[in-house]
Amino acid sequence: MANKQPERPFKVYTIKEGTVIDHIPRGRAIEILRMLKLVDSGNFVTMGSNFKSKKKGYKDIIKIEGKELTPEEVNQVALLAPKATINIIRDYKIVDKFVVELPEVFEDMVKCPNPKCITNMDPQNAKFIPTFEGKEMLLQCVYCEKLFKPEELNEYVK
Amino acid sequence: MDFKGKDIISIPDISKQEIDHVLAIAAKMKKKPNPSLLKDKVLASLFYEPSTRTRLSFETAAERLGMRVIGFAEAGVSSSGKKGESLHDSIKNIGLYADVIAMRHPAEGSARLASEATDKPILNGGDGANQHPTQTLLDLFTIKETQKKLSGLDIAIVGDLKFGRTTHSLAQALAYYNPRLYFVAPEALQMPDHILKFLKKNKVKFSQHEKIENVINKVDILYMTRIQKERFPDPLEYERVKNVYVLTEDMLEGVKPNMKVMHPLPRVDEIEPSVDKTKHAYYFQQAENGLYVRQGLLGLVLGKLK
Repeated sequence: MANKQPERPFKVYTIKEGTVIDHIPRGRAIEILRMLKLVDSGNFVTMGSNFKSKKKGYKDIIKIEGKELTPEEVNQVALLAPKATINIIRDYKIVDKFVVELPEVFEDMVKCPNPKCITNMDPQNAKFIPTFEGKEMLLQCVYCEKLFKPEELNEYVK
Repeated sequence: MDFKGKDIISIPDISKQEIDHVLAIAAKMKKKPNPSLLKDKVLASLFYEPSTRTRLSFETAAERLGMRVIGFAEAGVSSSGKKGESLHDSIKNIGLYADVIAMRHPAEGSARLASEATDKPILNGGDGANQHPTQTLLDLFTIKETQKKLSGLDIAIVGDLKFGRTTHSLAQALAYYNPRLYFVAPEALQMPDHILKFLKKNKVKFSQHEKIENVINKVDILYMTRIQKERFPDPLEYERVKNVYVLTEDMLEGVKPNMKVMHPLPRVDEIEPSVDKTKHAYYFQQAENGLYVRQGLLGLVLGKLK
């Protein structure tokens, strides 16, 4: 049944079980794939870029077959896509839908881009606190106190 | 006000009321020494990076309160640095020996990490190019001492604003006191973005300049700094900017009578020695004040002063 939905706005595969991450800022889906290590996961993943968004402009979408994101993974999505919507799909139907929530602190996810930050010398992982300048989210390293744009945080903790 | 166990890591962690309290306590220490206040307490003085004034004034402050001092003055002297022990493990261990730790380390955020490794209070004596909060407290103490107030002053901060950690801490702390700030630096050494954003958020009036002459007659405090040679990746880049700002006696001709020249020291060439004898020079008194502020901090974080 669900396969016969030509009017469905998504121009990528519908999925039977899994997660759809919607409203990702344009160009960041590929970073989310890297961050969540989805390519290596063995799950069937489709990604779309430059979808027209109802609200404004364009967006990216990711669909992951056979995997429901954990709360920790949802936090990670918030780093790159603070307004993303997570849809949990079971038997082709959306059974849960929620907007990601910004955690108070992002921990154990990404390395600090500042080579002089102590977290790049000691075993401690960096932590980042989201702050806003107007609508733009910036992330402040708890240790070296430098501010970064989300896309600057692109080296992920293994 | 209870400071017992409090870390002094970064100015944004410290409220205006707390700063005012530290300054009031430091003024008391300056008037009336208290040689046995911290008898039997141990200060660990851990300087992974060279220091003269900060280390010696911490250690002297401790001695003058009856404390004993352990520690090292260069990372190479301690075996932990050489053997590759993490800072976390070193501090966790030293925290079991000492009652309070004063430290300087070249990595940014090192003091914050240290504070997570031990329950003992950490006093940050400089973490890379990031923060130097005890310097800022003694700077504020000195500004107040010379101007009889902290609020509403015109203050120029000159020199290496990019790598000079004292300038970052100072600008953030002054944000509490409704200042007019003038940042004088070559473009490549201007105040980092995260500090400017902090100031904008706190509605601080500031402007950026390339020449001391443009601001010197307007200000109550001229805060000079050294170009931080050791933080330049490229020696040629250092050579280009090292003598950009040199304060000479004749430049003081038209300044406000109350204007004081401050400097966290050491100076290299940025203040000519002939300035020392003018009524405007106040950098050596400033360095002396470090003693009283650090005495006050030690007494406060060890819970012996309220």
